[in-house]
Amino acid sequence: MAERNFRVWRGDADGGEFVNYKVEMEPGMVVLDAIHRIQTHQANDLAVRWNCKAGKCGSCSCEVNGKPKLSCMTRVNDYAPEETITVQPLKTFPIVKDLVTDVSWNYEQKAKIQPLQPRPREADGTHRMQQEDVDRIQEFRKCIECFLCQDVCHVLRNQDRKDAFVGPRFMIHLAQLEMHPLDTADRIPAIKNEYGSGLCNITRCCTDVCPEHIGITDNAIIPLKERVVDRYYDPVMMIWRAITGAGAK
Amino acid sequence: MAAETGTGGHAAGMFKTLRTDAWWFEPLWTGLGFLIFTIYANYEMMKGDNYWFSNGAHGFGGYLSPFFSPLLFADTRVWAGAPVAESFFGEAPTWWPTWFPSISAALILPLPLSFRLTCYYYRKFYYRAYFMSPPACAVNPAPQPGKYEGERMLLLFQNLHRYALYAAIVVLGFLSYDAFMSFFRDGVFGVGVGSLILTLNPILLGSYTFGCHAWRHLIGGKKDCFSCDAFNHDKGMKKSYGAWRAVTWLNERHMLLAWVSMIWVGWTGLYVRLVASGAITDFSTWGN
Ligand code: SF4
Ligand code: SF4
Ligand code: FES
Ligand code: FES
Repeated sequence: MAERNFRVWRGDADGGEFVNYKVEMEPGMVVLDAIHRIQTHQANDLAVRWNCKAGKCGSCSCEVNGKPKLSCMTRVNDYAPEETITVQPLKTFPIVKDLVTDVSWNYEQKAKIQPLQPRPREADGTHRMQQEDVDRIQEFRKCIECFLCQDVCHVLRNQDRKDAFVGPRFMIHLAQLEMHPLDTADRIPAIKNEYGSGLCNITRCCTDVCPEHIGITDNAIIPLKERVVDRYYDPVMMIWRAITGAGAK
Repeated sequence: MAAETGTGGHAAGMFKTLRTDAWWFEPLWTGLGFLIFTIYANYEMMKGDNYWFSNGAHGFGGYLSPFFSPLLFADTRVWAGAPVAESFFGEAPTWWPTWFPSISAALILPLPLSFRLTCYYYRKFYYRAYFMSPPACAVNPAPQPGKYEGERMLLLFQNLHRYALYAAIVVLGFLSYDAFMSFFRDGVFGVGVGSLILTLNPILLGSYTFGCHAWRHLIGGKKDCFSCDAFNHDKGMKKSYGAWRAVTWLNERHMLLAWVSMIWVGWTGLYVRLVASGAITDFSTWGN
Protein backbone atom coordinates (compact mmCIF):
# COMPACT_ATOMS: atom_id res chain seq x y z
CA MET A 1 0.00 0.00 0.00
CA ALA A 2 0.98 3.60 -0.51
CA GLU A 3 2.62 5.77 2.09
CA ARG A 4 1.37 9.18 3.18
CA ASN A 5 3.06 12.12 4.84
CA PHE A 6 1.94 13.27 8.25
CA ARG A 7 3.18 16.25 10.22
CA VAL A 8 2.46 15.87 13.90
CA TRP A 9 3.13 18.42 16.60
CA ARG A 10 5.39 17.05 19.33
CA GLY A 11 6.14 18.89 22.52
CA ASP A 12 4.75 20.13 25.81
CA ALA A 13 3.88 23.38 27.57
CA ASP A 14 7.46 24.59 27.18
CA GLY A 15 7.42 24.32 23.41
CA GLY A 16 7.91 21.83 20.65
CA GLU A 17 7.87 21.37 16.91
CA PHE A 18 6.24 19.58 14.02
CA VAL A 19 7.74 16.20 13.20
CA ASN A 20 7.24 14.52 9.82
CA TYR A 21 6.28 10.87 9.58
CA LYS A 22 5.65 8.59 6.64
CA VAL A 23 2.81 6.20 7.35
CA GLU A 24 1.86 3.03 5.49
CA MET A 25 -1.80 3.33 4.45
CA GLU A 26 -4.60 0.80 4.51
CA PRO A 27 -8.06 1.27 3.04
CA GLY A 28 -10.54 3.12 5.23
CA MET A 29 -7.98 4.56 7.62
CA VAL A 30 -8.88 7.52 9.81
CA VAL A 31 -6.41 10.06 11.15
CA LEU A 32 -6.41 8.40 14.57
CA ASP A 33 -5.35 5.11 12.92
CA ALA A 34 -2.38 6.88 11.38
CA ILE A 35 -1.46 8.39 14.76
CA HIS A 36 -1.65 4.94 16.32
CA ARG A 37 0.53 3.52 13.58
CA ILE A 38 3.13 6.23 14.22
CA GLN A 39 2.92 5.43 17.92
CA THR A 40 3.43 1.71 17.32
CA HIS A 41 6.20 1.85 14.74
CA GLN A 42 7.99 5.18 14.97
CA ALA A 43 7.34 7.11 18.18
CA ASN A 44 6.27 5.07 21.18
CA ASP A 45 6.13 8.16 23.34
CA LEU A 46 3.64 10.06 21.15
CA ALA A 47 0.82 11.17 23.47
CA VAL A 48 -2.74 10.99 22.15
CA ARG A 49 -6.04 10.73 23.97
CA TRP A 50 -8.77 8.50 22.62
CA ASN A 51 -11.31 6.06 23.85
CA CYS A 52 -14.15 4.84 21.67
CA LYS A 53 -12.90 5.30 18.11
CA ALA A 54 -16.54 5.68 17.21
CA GLY A 55 -17.13 9.41 17.51
CA LYS A 56 -18.99 9.05 20.77
CA CYS A 57 -16.62 9.75 23.64
CA GLY A 58 -15.23 13.10 22.51
CA SER A 59 -11.68 12.29 23.65
CA CYS A 60 -9.74 12.40 20.39
CA SER A 61 -10.35 16.08 19.52
CA CYS A 62 -7.45 17.73 17.72
CA GLU A 63 -6.84 19.95 14.72
CA VAL A 64 -6.34 18.36 11.31
CA ASN A 65 -5.04 20.67 8.60
CA GLY A 66 -6.01 23.61 10.76
CA LYS A 67 -9.59 22.49 11.44
CA PRO A 68 -10.92 21.22 14.76
CA LYS A 69 -11.91 17.57 14.24
CA LEU A 70 -12.45 14.25 15.95
CA SER A 71 -9.42 12.35 14.70
CA CYS A 72 -11.31 9.07 14.86
CA MET A 73 -13.98 10.38 12.48
CA THR A 74 -11.70 12.07 9.98
CA ARG A 75 -10.94 9.84 7.05
CA VAL A 76 -7.48 10.05 5.58
CA ASN A 77 -8.81 9.88 2.03
CA ASP A 78 -10.77 13.10 2.60
CA TYR A 79 -7.44 14.70 1.74
CA ALA A 80 -5.70 14.59 -1.62
CA PRO A 81 -3.16 11.70 -1.80
CA GLU A 82 -0.12 13.95 -2.15
CA GLU A 83 -1.25 16.34 0.62
CA THR A 84 0.65 16.26 3.91
CA ILE A 85 -1.79 15.91 6.79
CA THR A 86 -0.97 18.18 9.72
CA VAL A 87 -2.17 17.09 13.16
CA GLN A 88 -2.06 19.46 16.13
CA PRO A 89 -3.47 19.68 19.63
CA LEU A 90 -6.41 22.01 20.34
CA LYS A 91 -5.34 25.64 20.46
CA THR A 92 -7.70 26.94 23.13
CA PHE A 93 -6.57 24.72 26.03
CA PRO A 94 -3.17 24.26 27.66
CA ILE A 95 -1.00 21.49 26.29
CA VAL A 96 -0.09 18.54 28.44
CA LYS A 97 1.95 16.66 25.85
CA ASP A 98 1.87 16.29 22.05
CA LEU A 99 -1.79 15.99 21.06
CA VAL A 100 -3.17 15.96 24.59
CA THR A 101 -4.58 19.14 26.10
CA ASP A 102 -5.92 19.91 29.54
CA VAL A 103 -9.63 20.66 29.07
CA SER A 104 -10.48 20.99 32.77
CA TRP A 105 -11.47 24.66 32.32
CA ASN A 106 -14.62 23.31 30.69
CA TYR A 107 -15.58 21.28 33.73
CA GLU A 108 -15.15 24.37 35.88
CA GLN A 109 -17.67 26.19 33.68
CA LYS A 110 -20.18 23.40 34.01
CA ALA A 111 -19.81 23.43 37.77
CA LYS A 112 -20.81 27.11 37.83
CA ILE A 113 -24.17 26.45 36.20
CA GLN A 114 -27.24 25.99 38.36
CA PRO A 115 -28.58 22.46 37.77
CA LEU A 116 -32.17 21.50 36.93
CA GLN A 117 -34.61 22.62 39.58
CA PRO A 118 -37.78 20.65 38.84
CA ARG A 119 -41.20 21.83 39.95
CA PRO A 120 -42.94 19.65 42.55
CA ARG A 121 -44.27 16.30 41.41
CA GLU A 122 -47.91 15.98 40.47
CA ALA A 123 -50.47 14.56 42.91
CA ASP A 124 -49.84 11.01 41.72
CA GLY A 125 -46.13 11.38 42.37
CA THR A 126 -45.02 11.66 38.75
CA HIS A 127 -43.54 14.26 36.47
CA ARG A 128 -45.35 14.48 33.15
CA MET A 129 -43.91 16.02 30.00
CA GLN A 130 -45.19 16.06 26.43
CA GLN A 131 -42.85 14.99 23.65
CA GLU A 132 -43.49 18.31 21.90
CA ASP A 133 -42.13 20.13 24.92
CA VAL A 134 -38.85 18.24 25.03
CA ASP A 135 -38.16 17.91 21.30
CA ARG A 136 -36.00 21.00 21.35
CA ILE A 137 -33.83 20.09 24.30
CA GLN A 138 -33.23 16.52 23.17
CA GLU A 139 -31.03 17.89 20.41
CA PHE A 140 -28.72 19.39 23.04
CA ARG A 141 -28.38 16.08 24.83
CA LYS A 142 -26.51 14.66 21.84
CA CYS A 143 -23.44 16.61 22.98
CA ILE A 144 -20.42 14.33 23.53
CA GLU A 145 -18.34 17.04 25.20
CA CYS A 146 -15.58 16.89 22.64
CA PHE A 147 -15.06 20.65 23.14
CA LEU A 148 -14.34 21.23 19.47
CA CYS A 149 -16.85 24.08 19.61
CA GLN A 150 -15.03 25.56 22.59
CA ASP A 151 -11.75 25.22 20.70
CA VAL A 152 -12.95 26.97 17.55
CA CYS A 153 -14.95 29.75 19.24
CA HIS A 154 -12.92 32.89 18.57
CA VAL A 155 -14.06 34.43 21.86
CA LEU A 156 -12.09 31.75 23.70
CA ARG A 157 -9.57 30.85 21.00
CA ASN A 158 -8.36 34.27 19.86
CA GLN A 159 -9.92 36.95 22.04
CA ASP A 160 -8.97 35.18 25.22
CA ARG A 161 -12.22 36.01 27.04
CA LYS A 162 -12.41 32.83 29.08
CA ASP A 163 -12.97 35.22 31.95
CA ALA A 164 -16.29 36.43 30.53
CA PHE A 165 -17.82 33.69 28.34
CA VAL A 166 -18.57 30.05 29.16
CA GLY A 167 -18.46 29.07 25.48
CA PRO A 168 -20.90 27.39 23.07
CA ARG A 169 -20.92 23.98 24.74
CA PHE A 170 -22.26 25.53 27.93
CA MET A 171 -24.65 27.82 26.11
CA ILE A 172 -26.39 24.67 24.85
CA HIS A 173 -26.29 23.28 28.35
CA LEU A 174 -27.92 26.46 29.60
CA ALA A 175 -30.51 26.35 26.81
CA GLN A 176 -31.29 22.76 27.71
CA LEU A 177 -32.00 23.80 31.31
CA GLU A 178 -33.77 27.06 30.52
CA MET A 179 -36.13 25.47 27.97
CA HIS A 180 -36.88 22.49 30.16
CA PRO A 181 -40.64 22.27 30.81
CA LEU A 182 -40.16 21.17 34.42
CA ASP A 183 -37.43 23.59 35.39
CA THR A 184 -38.23 26.49 37.72
CA ALA A 185 -34.85 28.18 38.07
CA ASP A 186 -34.14 31.55 36.45
CA ARG A 187 -30.71 31.69 34.82
CA ILE A 188 -31.37 34.66 32.51
CA PRO A 189 -29.47 37.24 34.63
CA ALA A 190 -26.48 34.89 34.88
CA ILE A 191 -26.66 34.08 31.16
CA LYS A 192 -26.29 37.77 30.40
CA ASN A 193 -23.79 38.74 33.08
CA GLU A 194 -21.77 35.80 34.27
CA TYR A 195 -21.95 33.39 31.34
CA GLY A 196 -21.58 36.15 28.75
CA SER A 197 -24.23 35.57 26.05
CA GLY A 198 -23.35 39.03 24.69
CA LEU A 199 -19.79 37.95 23.92
CA CYS A 200 -20.93 35.54 21.21
CA ASN A 201 -21.17 37.36 17.88
CA ILE A 202 -23.09 34.47 16.26
CA THR A 203 -20.45 33.81 13.63
CA ARG A 204 -21.42 30.13 13.93
CA CYS A 205 -18.04 28.38 13.90
CA CYS A 206 -19.19 26.25 16.82
CA THR A 207 -22.09 24.99 14.71
CA ASP A 208 -19.75 24.38 11.77
CA VAL A 209 -17.43 22.07 13.70
CA CYS A 210 -19.86 20.19 15.95
CA PRO A 211 -19.52 16.47 15.12
CA GLU A 212 -23.02 15.86 16.49
CA HIS A 213 -24.46 18.52 14.16
CA ILE A 214 -26.14 20.35 16.99
CA GLY A 215 -27.61 23.67 15.89
CA ILE A 216 -25.64 25.39 18.64
CA THR A 217 -26.00 28.97 17.44
CA ASP A 218 -29.47 28.86 15.92
CA ASN A 219 -31.20 26.60 18.39
CA ALA A 220 -29.47 27.45 21.66
CA ILE A 221 -27.48 30.69 21.66
CA ILE A 222 -29.82 32.90 19.63
CA PRO A 223 -32.95 31.77 21.53
CA LEU A 224 -31.10 32.56 24.77
CA LYS A 225 -30.08 35.95 23.41
CA GLU A 226 -33.74 36.62 22.59
CA ARG A 227 -34.73 35.69 26.15
CA VAL A 228 -32.12 38.12 27.42
CA VAL A 229 -33.62 40.78 25.13
CA ASP A 230 -37.06 40.15 26.67
CA ARG A 231 -35.64 40.76 30.11
CA TYR A 232 -33.11 43.52 29.57
CA TYR A 233 -33.41 45.31 26.25
CA ASP A 234 -36.97 45.35 24.93
CA PRO A 235 -38.39 48.69 26.14
CA VAL A 236 -42.03 47.76 25.51
CA MET A 237 -41.74 44.50 27.43
CA MET A 238 -39.94 46.24 30.28
CA ILE A 239 -42.69 48.86 30.57
CA TRP A 240 -45.34 46.16 30.33
CA ARG A 241 -43.70 44.23 33.16
CA ALA A 242 -43.40 47.37 35.26
CA ILE A 243 -47.12 48.09 34.85
CA THR A 244 -48.54 44.60 35.20
CA GLY A 245 -45.85 42.99 37.30
CA ALA A 246 -46.19 40.06 34.90
CA GLY A 247 -43.62 38.13 32.94
CA ALA A 248 -41.22 37.26 35.75
CA LYS A 249 -40.54 33.57 35.71
CA MET B 1 11.89 18.01 10.70
CA ALA B 2 10.36 21.42 10.38
CA ALA B 3 10.56 23.69 13.39
CA GLU B 4 7.59 25.97 14.14
CA THR B 5 7.06 28.63 16.72
CA GLY B 6 4.33 28.63 19.33
CA THR B 7 3.15 25.85 21.57
CA GLY B 8 0.93 23.53 19.59
CA GLY B 9 2.27 24.91 16.33
CA HIS B 10 -0.73 27.15 15.75
CA ALA B 11 -0.29 29.94 13.25
CA ALA B 12 0.25 33.39 14.78
CA GLY B 13 -0.65 36.72 13.20
CA MET B 14 -3.62 38.24 11.44
CA PHE B 15 -5.56 35.94 9.06
CA LYS B 16 -3.07 33.16 9.63
CA THR B 17 -4.26 29.58 9.79
CA LEU B 18 -3.06 26.09 9.00
CA ARG B 19 -6.27 25.47 7.06
CA THR B 20 -5.46 24.34 3.55
CA ASP B 21 -8.92 24.80 2.02
CA ALA B 22 -10.27 27.96 0.36
CA TRP B 23 -11.53 29.48 3.63
CA TRP B 24 -11.39 32.99 2.12
CA PHE B 25 -13.93 32.14 -0.56
CA GLU B 26 -17.08 32.55 1.54
CA PRO B 27 -16.22 35.93 3.10
CA LEU B 28 -15.14 37.09 -0.35
CA TRP B 29 -18.32 36.23 -2.26
CA THR B 30 -20.68 37.28 0.51
CA GLY B 31 -18.76 40.50 1.05
CA LEU B 32 -18.82 41.33 -2.67
CA GLY B 33 -22.43 40.19 -3.12
CA PHE B 34 -23.76 42.49 -0.42
CA LEU B 35 -21.56 45.33 -1.64
CA ILE B 36 -23.03 45.03 -5.14
CA PHE B 37 -26.57 45.10 -3.75
CA THR B 38 -25.78 48.15 -1.61
CA ILE B 39 -24.34 49.97 -4.60
CA TYR B 40 -27.41 49.13 -6.67
CA ALA B 41 -29.83 50.25 -3.92
CA ASN B 42 -27.95 53.53 -3.66
CA TYR B 43 -28.08 53.93 -7.43
CA GLU B 44 -31.88 53.51 -7.36
CA MET B 45 -32.13 56.01 -4.53
CA MET B 46 -29.89 58.58 -6.20
CA LYS B 47 -31.51 58.26 -9.63
CA GLY B 48 -35.03 58.33 -8.22
CA ASP B 49 -36.65 57.78 -11.62
CA ASN B 50 -38.08 54.90 -13.68
CA TYR B 51 -39.81 53.33 -10.73
CA TRP B 52 -43.33 53.14 -12.10
CA PHE B 53 -44.84 51.48 -15.15
CA SER B 54 -48.48 51.49 -16.21
CA ASN B 55 -47.86 52.05 -19.90
CA GLY B 56 -49.33 55.53 -19.65
CA ALA B 57 -52.62 54.37 -18.12
CA HIS B 58 -53.98 56.44 -15.23
CA GLY B 59 -56.57 54.05 -13.77
CA PHE B 60 -55.89 51.57 -10.98
CA GLY B 61 -52.88 49.33 -11.41
CA GLY B 62 -49.26 49.36 -12.45
CA TYR B 63 -45.83 48.20 -11.42
CA LEU B 64 -44.14 50.01 -8.52
CA SER B 65 -40.46 49.38 -7.88
CA PRO B 66 -39.87 47.89 -4.40
CA PHE B 67 -37.18 50.48 -3.74
CA PHE B 68 -39.95 53.12 -3.62
CA SER B 69 -42.62 51.22 -1.75
CA PRO B 70 -44.62 52.36 0.16
CA LEU B 71 -44.64 55.43 -2.03
CA LEU B 72 -44.70 58.41 0.31
CA PHE B 73 -44.24 61.12 -2.29
CA ALA B 74 -44.52 61.04 -6.07
CA ASP B 75 -41.93 63.11 -7.82
CA THR B 76 -43.47 64.28 -11.10
CA ARG B 77 -40.25 65.93 -12.18
CA VAL B 78 -38.52 62.62 -12.87
CA TRP B 79 -38.93 60.24 -15.80
CA ALA B 80 -41.42 57.37 -15.16
CA GLY B 81 -42.24 58.44 -11.63
CA ALA B 82 -45.56 57.24 -10.21
CA PRO B 83 -48.72 59.33 -10.61
CA VAL B 84 -49.42 61.60 -7.66
CA ALA B 85 -52.60 59.67 -6.89
CA GLU B 86 -50.52 56.59 -6.00
CA SER B 87 -48.59 58.33 -3.25
CA PHE B 88 -49.54 58.81 0.38
CA PHE B 89 -48.63 62.44 0.74
CA GLY B 90 -48.97 63.56 -2.84
CA GLU B 91 -46.43 65.53 -4.78
CA ALA B 92 -42.82 65.41 -3.62
CA PRO B 93 -41.80 68.72 -2.00
CA THR B 94 -40.43 70.95 -4.73
CA TRP B 95 -37.65 72.26 -2.50
CA TRP B 96 -36.24 68.72 -2.48
CA PRO B 97 -33.44 68.87 -5.07
CA THR B 98 -33.77 66.32 -7.90
CA TRP B 99 -30.08 65.51 -7.81
CA PHE B 100 -30.52 64.46 -4.20
CA PRO B 101 -31.56 60.89 -3.28
CA SER B 102 -35.25 60.42 -3.99
CA ILE B 103 -37.18 61.44 -0.88
CA SER B 104 -39.46 58.39 -1.09
CA ALA B 105 -36.62 55.90 -1.32
CA ALA B 106 -34.51 57.72 1.26
CA LEU B 107 -37.33 57.61 3.81
CA ILE B 108 -38.24 53.99 3.19
CA LEU B 109 -34.99 52.14 2.55
CA PRO B 110 -33.63 52.55 6.11
CA LEU B 111 -36.39 50.21 7.34
CA PRO B 112 -35.51 47.09 5.34
CA LEU B 113 -31.85 48.04 5.65
CA SER B 114 -31.97 48.11 9.45
CA PHE B 115 -33.86 44.80 9.40
CA ARG B 116 -31.14 43.15 7.38
CA LEU B 117 -28.28 44.78 9.23
CA THR B 118 -29.53 43.50 12.58
CA CYS B 119 -30.57 40.07 11.21
CA TYR B 120 -28.80 37.22 12.96
CA TYR B 121 -27.69 35.81 9.62
CA TYR B 122 -26.41 39.10 8.19
CA ARG B 123 -24.56 39.73 11.43
CA LYS B 124 -22.70 36.46 10.98
CA PHE B 125 -21.88 37.32 7.38
CA TYR B 126 -20.60 40.85 7.97
CA TYR B 127 -18.79 40.14 11.22
CA ARG B 128 -16.94 37.57 9.14
CA ALA B 129 -16.61 39.32 5.77
CA TYR B 130 -16.21 42.96 6.83
CA PHE B 131 -15.14 42.98 10.49
CA MET B 132 -12.98 39.85 10.09
CA SER B 133 -14.01 38.82 13.57
CA PRO B 134 -13.10 36.12 12.57
CA PRO B 135 -12.97 35.96 8.72
CA ALA B 136 -13.48 32.18 8.85
CA CYS B 137 -13.40 29.44 11.47
CA ALA B 138 -9.99 28.75 13.01
CA VAL B 139 -8.52 31.68 11.07
CA ASN B 140 -6.99 34.42 13.18
CA PRO B 141 -9.16 37.56 13.36
CA ALA B 142 -8.30 41.16 12.63
CA PRO B 143 -6.70 42.83 15.67
CA GLN B 144 -9.20 44.15 18.18
CA PRO B 145 -8.97 47.74 19.43
CA GLY B 146 -9.04 47.12 23.17
CA LYS B 147 -10.72 44.17 24.78
CA TYR B 148 -13.13 42.10 22.70
CA GLU B 149 -16.69 42.75 23.90
CA GLY B 150 -18.73 40.96 21.22
CA GLU B 151 -22.26 42.28 21.01
CA ARG B 152 -22.05 44.16 24.25
CA MET B 153 -21.03 47.81 24.43
CA LEU B 154 -20.98 49.34 20.91
CA LEU B 155 -23.07 46.61 19.32
CA LEU B 156 -25.73 46.56 22.02
CA PHE B 157 -28.28 48.00 19.56
CA GLN B 158 -28.40 44.59 17.82
CA ASN B 159 -30.70 43.57 20.63
CA LEU B 160 -33.46 45.72 19.12
CA HIS B 161 -33.69 43.53 16.01
CA ARG B 162 -37.32 42.67 16.78
CA TYR B 163 -38.33 46.31 16.25
CA ALA B 164 -36.77 46.23 12.80
CA LEU B 165 -38.81 43.07 12.27
CA TYR B 166 -42.05 44.87 13.11
CA ALA B 167 -41.20 47.57 10.56
CA ALA B 168 -40.30 44.93 7.98
CA ILE B 169 -43.68 43.25 8.43
CA VAL B 170 -45.40 46.58 7.72
CA VAL B 171 -43.31 47.10 4.59
CA LEU B 172 -44.14 43.53 3.55
CA GLY B 173 -47.82 44.49 3.68
CA PHE B 174 -47.21 47.32 1.24
CA LEU B 175 -45.20 45.10 -1.08
CA SER B 176 -48.05 42.59 -1.06
CA TYR B 177 -50.42 45.39 -2.04
CA ASP B 178 -48.01 46.31 -4.87
CA ALA B 179 -48.14 42.70 -6.04
CA PHE B 180 -51.94 42.86 -6.10
CA MET B 181 -51.84 46.18 -7.94
CA SER B 182 -49.52 44.72 -10.57
CA PHE B 183 -52.39 42.54 -11.84
CA PHE B 184 -54.34 45.61 -12.93
CA ARG B 185 -53.82 48.19 -15.62
CA ASP B 186 -56.30 51.05 -15.90
CA GLY B 187 -58.62 49.08 -13.64
CA VAL B 188 -58.57 46.02 -15.93
CA PHE B 189 -57.38 42.70 -14.54
CA GLY B 190 -54.55 41.00 -16.42
CA VAL B 191 -51.13 39.43 -16.08
CA GLY B 192 -47.76 40.60 -17.24
CA VAL B 193 -44.26 39.25 -16.71
CA GLY B 194 -43.90 42.14 -14.26
CA SER B 195 -46.93 40.93 -12.25
CA LEU B 196 -45.23 37.59 -11.70
CA ILE B 197 -41.95 39.23 -10.71
CA LEU B 198 -43.69 41.63 -8.35
CA THR B 199 -45.68 38.76 -6.81
CA LEU B 200 -42.69 36.56 -6.18
CA ASN B 201 -41.06 39.48 -4.38
CA PRO B 202 -43.29 39.57 -1.25
CA ILE B 203 -43.45 35.77 -1.24
CA LEU B 204 -39.67 35.49 -1.01
CA LEU B 205 -39.42 38.42 1.39
CA GLY B 206 -42.15 36.91 3.54
CA SER B 207 -40.34 33.58 3.68
CA TYR B 208 -37.24 35.41 4.79
CA THR B 209 -39.07 37.66 7.26
CA PHE B 210 -41.09 34.93 8.93
CA GLY B 211 -38.02 32.74 9.33
CA CYS B 212 -36.54 35.45 11.56
CA HIS B 213 -35.07 34.36 14.88
CA ALA B 214 -36.86 37.13 16.76
CA TRP B 215 -40.14 36.00 15.19
CA ARG B 216 -39.36 32.37 16.06
CA HIS B 217 -38.88 33.48 19.65
CA LEU B 218 -42.04 35.55 19.82
CA ILE B 219 -44.23 32.96 18.08
CA GLY B 220 -43.49 30.29 20.67
CA GLY B 221 -39.77 29.79 21.17
CA LYS B 222 -39.91 31.90 24.33
CA LYS B 223 -42.07 29.28 26.03
CA ASP B 224 -40.52 26.53 28.11
CA CYS B 225 -43.62 24.45 27.70
CA PHE B 226 -45.90 24.53 24.67
CA SER B 227 -48.53 22.30 26.24
CA CYS B 228 -48.75 24.11 29.57
CA ASP B 229 -50.76 26.99 28.11
CA ALA B 230 -53.63 27.77 30.40
CA PHE B 231 -55.97 28.93 27.66
CA ASN B 232 -56.40 25.58 25.97
CA HIS B 233 -54.54 22.54 26.99
CA ASP B 234 -54.79 20.48 23.85
CA LYS B 235 -55.33 22.94 21.06
CA GLY B 236 -53.00 25.45 22.67
CA MET B 237 -50.11 23.09 22.30
CA LYS B 238 -50.87 22.24 18.71
CA LYS B 239 -51.24 25.90 17.84
CA SER B 240 -48.12 27.39 19.33
CA TYR B 241 -46.00 24.28 18.75
CA GLY B 242 -47.22 24.04 15.17
CA ALA B 243 -46.50 27.72 14.54
CA TRP B 244 -43.06 27.37 16.08
CA ARG B 245 -42.34 24.33 13.93
CA ALA B 246 -43.40 26.15 10.77
CA VAL B 247 -41.22 29.14 11.59
CA THR B 248 -38.37 26.76 12.42
CA TRP B 249 -38.68 25.23 8.95
CA LEU B 250 -38.20 28.65 7.40
CA ASN B 251 -35.53 29.54 9.95
CA GLU B 252 -33.43 26.56 8.86
CA ARG B 253 -33.42 28.09 5.36
CA HIS B 254 -32.90 31.65 6.56
CA MET B 255 -29.52 32.19 4.95
CA LEU B 256 -30.69 30.98 1.55
CA LEU B 257 -33.86 33.06 1.75
CA ALA B 258 -31.87 36.10 2.87
CA TRP B 259 -29.84 35.98 -0.32
CA VAL B 260 -32.58 34.95 -2.70
CA SER B 261 -35.02 37.58 -1.40
CA MET B 262 -32.39 40.30 -1.50
CA ILE B 263 -31.38 39.45 -5.06
CA TRP B 264 -35.04 39.34 -6.05
CA VAL B 265 -35.70 42.81 -4.64
CA GLY B 266 -32.82 44.10 -6.76
CA TRP B 267 -34.07 42.26 -9.84
CA THR B 268 -37.65 43.52 -9.34
CA GLY B 269 -36.40 47.10 -9.11
CA LEU B 270 -34.23 46.59 -12.18
CA TYR B 271 -37.09 45.01 -14.12
CA VAL B 272 -39.43 47.94 -13.41
CA ARG B 273 -36.62 50.32 -14.35
CA LEU B 274 -35.95 48.55 -17.66
CA VAL B 275 -39.63 48.39 -18.57
CA ALA B 276 -40.36 51.95 -17.47
CA SER B 277 -37.44 53.35 -19.41
CA GLY B 278 -38.51 51.44 -22.51
CA ALA B 279 -35.33 49.38 -22.63
CA ILE B 280 -37.31 46.13 -22.65
CA THR B 281 -40.92 45.18 -23.34
CA ASP B 282 -43.17 43.80 -20.63
CA PHE B 283 -45.18 41.00 -22.20
CA SER B 284 -48.68 41.08 -20.81
CA THR B 285 -52.34 40.31 -21.44
CA TRP B 286 -53.03 44.03 -21.76
CA GLY B 287 -50.93 44.22 -24.91
CA ASN B 288 -47.94 46.50 -24.91
S1 SF4 C 1 -21.36 31.47 17.25
FE1 SF4 C 1 -20.78 32.40 19.21
S2 SF4 C 1 -20.29 30.68 20.54
FE2 SF4 C 1 -20.31 29.90 18.44
S3 SF4 C 1 -18.18 30.03 17.79
FE3 SF4 C 1 -19.17 31.92 17.15
S4 SF4 C 1 -18.84 33.38 18.80
FE4 SF4 C 1 -18.38 31.35 19.61
S1 SF4 D 1 -21.73 20.92 21.25
FE1 SF4 D 1 -20.87 19.63 19.64
S2 SF4 D 1 -18.80 20.43 19.35
FE2 SF4 D 1 -19.51 21.21 21.30
S3 SF4 D 1 -18.79 19.80 22.83
FE3 SF4 D 1 -20.85 19.14 22.28
S4 SF4 D 1 -20.59 17.67 20.62
FE4 SF4 D 1 -18.64 18.75 20.84
S1 FES E 1 -12.10 8.34 20.19
FE1 FES E 1 -14.08 8.69 20.99
S2 FES E 1 -14.73 10.34 19.78
FE2 FES E 1 -12.87 9.84 18.84
S1 FES F 1 -32.83 36.78 12.17
FE1 FES F 1 -32.66 37.24 10.09
S2 FES F 1 -34.36 38.56 9.89
FE2 FES F 1 -34.40 38.23 12.03
